[in-house]
Formats: sequence, C-alpha cells, structure tokens
Amino acid sequence: MSTTEEKNKAKAYWRENLKYLVILLSIWFLVSCVFGIFLRETLNEIRLGGFKLGFWFAQQGSIYVFVILIFVYVRLMNKLDKKYGYED
Amino acid sequence: MSVQVWTWILVGITFSLYFGIAIWARAGSTKEFYVAGGNVSPLANGMATGADWMSAASFISMAGIISFIGYDGSVYLMGWTGGYVLLALLLAPYLRKFGKFTVPDFIGDRYYSNTARTVAVICALIVSFTYVAGQMRGVGIVFSQFLEVDINVGVIIGMTVVLVFAFLGGMKGITYTQVVQYCVLIFAFMVPAIFISFQMTGNPIPQLGMGAKGADGVYLLDKLDAMHTELGFKEYTSGSKSTWDVFAITMALMVGTAGLPHVIVRFFTVKKVKDARKSAGLALLLIAILYTAAPAVSVFARTNLIETVSNQSYSELPQWFKTWENTGLIAWADKNGDGKIQYVNGEALAGKKPEFIEERGAYGQRMIANASAETNELYVDRDIMVLANPEIANLPNWVIALVAAGGLAAALSTAAGLLLVISTSVSHDLIKKQLKPSISEKGELLAARISILFAVVIAGLFGIYPPGFVAAVVALAFGLAAASFFPAIIMGIFDKRMNKEGAIAGMIIGIVLMLFYMIRYKTGLIGVMDPRPASEWWFGTSPEGFGTIAMTVNFVVAMVVSRLTPAPPIEVQEIVEDIRIPSGAGEAGEAH
Repeated sequence: MSTTEEKNKAKAYWRENLKYLVILLSIWFLVSCVFGIFLRETLNEIRLGGFKLGFWFAQQGSIYVFVILIFVYVRLMNKLDKKYGYED
Repeated sequence: MSVQVWTWILVGITFSLYFGIAIWARAGSTKEFYVAGGNVSPLANGMATGADWMSAASFISMAGIISFIGYDGSVYLMGWTGGYVLLALLLAPYLRKFGKFTVPDFIGDRYYSNTARTVAVICALIVSFTYVAGQMRGVGIVFSQFLEVDINVGVIIGMTVVLVFAFLGGMKGITYTQVVQYCVLIFAFMVPAIFISFQMTGNPIPQLGMGAKGADGVYLLDKLDAMHTELGFKEYTSGSKSTWDVFAITMALMVGTAGLPHVIVRFFTVKKVKDARKSAGLALLLIAILYTAAPAVSVFARTNLIETVSNQSYSELPQWFKTWENTGLIAWADKNGDGKIQYVNGEALAGKKPEFIEERGAYGQRMIANASAETNELYVDRDIMVLANPEIANLPNWVIALVAAGGLAAALSTAAGLLLVISTSVSHDLIKKQLKPSISEKGELLAARISILFAVVIAGLFGIYPPGFVAAVVALAFGLAAASFFPAIIMGIFDKRMNKEGAIAGMIIGIVLMLFYMIRYKTGLIGVMDPRPASEWWFGTSPEGFGTIAMTVNFVVAMVVSRLTPAPPIEVQEIVEDIRIPSGAGEAGEAH
C-alpha cells in the first residue's frame, strides 16, 4: 500500500474512533451529570422500588452504566481494529 | 476467640503473603521495576489497578462520609468511578501505544521539551505526596484501633511492609501483592455488607437491600428520610449542597481520577493496546463491586445508628457504644440531664474533637469539657461507620477482624503504588532523562530503590506528624491532577496542533490557580492568613470542586497560546499519528 493510502486509512479509522467516543461520552454525561445531578429532583418523583430514581442514578445506576460503557467500547474498538487490519 | 486474637491471625496471614510475594517477584531490570516487565495479564492488571486505586479513604471513610451526608456523597461515587470511563476511552489505549514508563515521559516527548517534563515531574510529586501521607495515617489508625498498638508504631510497621515489597520488587512486586490485596479488601468489605443486608432486609445483595423493605414493611430509604426529617437533619436522599457545586466536585473528581499518575502508569504494564482497554474495563468492574455496595452500607449503618441510640438511655446501650466511647470516637454530653441520648441536627461539640476530662458522669459516661450550647448531645466520628458497623450489627468476631485486614490492604496497596510513582519520577524522569543520561541500567535501578527508601521515610514522617493541612489537602490531590495533567495529556493525543508553549502555559497556570484557590479558601497559610469563608467562593464553587474550573482554564490557555506560537515539529506530529493507531505497540520502554 502506498503511504497516501496508508494515511487515508489511518484518518478514516480515527474518524470512526472519534464518533464512538462522542456517543459513549454523551451517555456517560447523561446518566451521571444530567440524570444524577441536574434533573434529579424531577426524576425523584419516579420510584424504582424503594429508590427515588434521581437518587438511584447518582448512587447506583450511573456506576452500572459506566461499567457497561467501557465493555461496549472494548467490543466496538476490537471490531474496528479488525476492520482496518490494525489488530496485533 | 476474641476480636483481637482474630485480628492478629488475619493480619499475620495477609502480611506473610505480601512478604512471600515480595521475595518471589524480585525485579532484576529497570523494566521489571518500572512496568513489571510489561506482560501482566489484563485480569491481574485490573485487580492490581483496583487495589492501587481503592485507598484507605475508599475503604474506611467513604461509606461513613456518605452515611452522614446522604445524597451529597454521590460526588465520590460518581466521581471516582466516572473517571475510569475517561481513563479507558481517552487515555489508557494511547498512552500504552506510546509505550514509555511514566506520565512525565509522555509529556516530555510529546511536547519535545525538558521544561514540560520537569513541570510534569513536579506536578506528579505534589499529587503523589499529598495522597500518600493520608494512606500512612490510615495504616496507623487501623493498627491503633484494632490491635491497640500506638498509632506511630502502626505507621512504622506499615512503612516497613511497604518498603519490603516495593524496594525488592518495584512494579513487579507491587502488582502481584496488589492482586492479593484486592482479594483481601473486597472480601473484607463485602462479607459484613452481605451479613447486614440480609439481617435488615432479608436480601443478601446489599445493592438491592438498599432499596428493599425492612422487617416493618417500610422501604429502608423512606424510613431513613422520615427519621432524618424528624430529627431536624436534611432528608437523606436530597442532601444540602447546591446543584452547581455537586456538579463541579463530581467533574473534578472524575477528571482527577483519570489524571492520577499512579493509576495511569498501571496501563503501561500490559502487553497490547487491546489489553490496556480491556484491563480498564475489568478494573472498573472490580471497583464497582465496592462502590455500589458502599452506599448500601451507608444506609444500613445510618439506620442502625439512629435506631440504636436516638432517645435511648445510656445505661441500656449495647457494649460497642462504650468501647468506641473509650477510644474517643464517640462522645455523649447529657445536656438536659435526662440520661437519654438526644441525637438531632447540630454540632454536639464546640470544636472538632471531644476533649475528655478524667471523671465519669452519673451513668458512667466519659465527661467532656467542650460540649456546645446546641441540643444535639452525640458526637460520632465518621470513620467508625465502617469499622464499627460489624459490631453494631452483632456480627461474629472474625468478620470484625476481617475489616481490619481489609483496611490495611487498601491503605498499603495505594501507598505502594504512589511510592513507586515518586521513585520513578526521581530516578527515571529526573536522573536518567535530565541529570545523568549516561547512567547504567544497574545504576538507575539502584537510584530507583534509594529514592523509594527516601519516599517511604518522608511519607512515614507525614503519617507520624500529620501537619494540619495534609488531611485537608488529600481530597484536593484530585483537583491538582485535574488542573495539571489531564488537559496536557488529552490535547497531546487529540490535538495534533498543540505545542510545547501551549501545554506548559496551561499546566503552570492550571496548577498555580488550583494551589492559590486551595490555600485561599481551604488550608490558609499557617501564621499568615486563615482560609476565607465559603461566602466568598468564586461562583459558589467549593475548593474541592475548583479543579473543574482550573482544568477549563488550563484548556483555554493552552489552546490560545498554541495557536499564537509555531506548530510542533513534523516528527512530533508523526508521534501523534502513530499513537492513534493501536497496532505495533511494542513493549513499554523501547524507543520507536
């Protein structure tokens, strides 16, 4: 492969990577800062068993989502590496 | 068997394990010493990262703090776990690909400047020393509470243990000890949590028990909210901080976690970029077990405490109350002379700690000299919520002893990781990279070991003679990391145009601004000025949350300065392009 092709491939890979990051970090911000902090009082009107929903997001839910986010990222990136032939 | 015998047995077993590993995992090369040879498995690295990062504060203090401040405590839960997402997505894979030993290494090479490297080393030393002092104190407290040794003797025992496995094994020794320490601390935290959850709600999973009904058929959280309102406290699930401040503190802790050098360096120890990503995920999963159980423990402990003591006669209280009163962590002043404990909102004491006098009161209670004029009669130290919880819930003696072993594992593992960062900064970033590049590998290894020795002694002195500001500053180590490292690393990866002028200006202004705010509003300058009151905070931001603002300023300054100065050289731009691609990571420490 020529160097320009190599460079374009790297650029395309980077663009897709950035797209994943924007989506995943938006969810990260949504569950913690939006649900757990800014909208907590509104969400507290809703109940999840013994929990008020805003409180649940702040002390439980956001952490569960964080764990899922990282594993989704790992999966997405492994696939992306394969697609571009960057896996080791 | 008594609690004390059990504690000696469990602490003895765990300590012998740590020593055994230290001897087995001796480091022979700088690569083994700095990054454990670079071939730790993702799972082992995840466990080590978990132990590295869950400190004495996470284990002993966090659940206690949350149980006293309720919703406001969410900042620690979200902040310290959310930072991992940033670490996993924005830093770990790229820094692993870059493949050097330390964070200052990255900053120095990426910004083609020894000035940048030196600024980064200084930031790393400030962050690590403020943090490690708290750990040593934590070790001392556990020893003195459970084994009735003098707190200073406890600190010295802790120093010796850390020294042995860090000195011999470097990162290799530390990594494998931390794997064991993770197991010890998570077991020690979860066993009492499961017992208590089952006892109070019939559900053995604390995360679910927290939202379940108690024996009386009322949801635990509702009952707690009602009790709080009745006693004049803020509702448990609402808290009292402003929304902005909760946000600022959470953000500062998130970004600070991602910028802590002793955590970042862990991702240099795995083989491939793929492993670095996976390892960050596993680390968070393993950490989340404790972090989702801790708020449940807070709820159980708070409910238990209020139900056991509120409006009860002192003479009918269970034994644990008197045991902890004897250690000075609980105090009661019978202000209205009815022999019962009035526990309501307000400070029971004038001043922070109770000042006991020799004689006993009418009911055999310890008398205090500094009772306040407010109605509240009870003083409870927050740290005892985790330590005393098993006793409050009447759990068997071995469970109580387990908590001591867990607290020690948490404090020692974090201290070891930090000490390694300190010694690496000195031997690698300062001596090898700047003062004496011709130094042999053997010489560098010796320098690393000597600097660990010095770091342990200094940390121990901080633990034995804690200057007043240390405790206040530990929480701010995150703000410092957020204000200095995080922007420089992120822009080093994501902004190819970022140059040394921008990065250095950003880091210096960020950390100076943070230090200034800390000194002005939190610690004061001893003998010169006292901290200014909260009413003068900028935009109502507490010093703990100010890292968010200092970090933003760092980003803006760096952007502006970099666009007004020349672009970085072509070779550096090529480094950036190279770290964005995962393949061909090579081993840490090799030159690319």
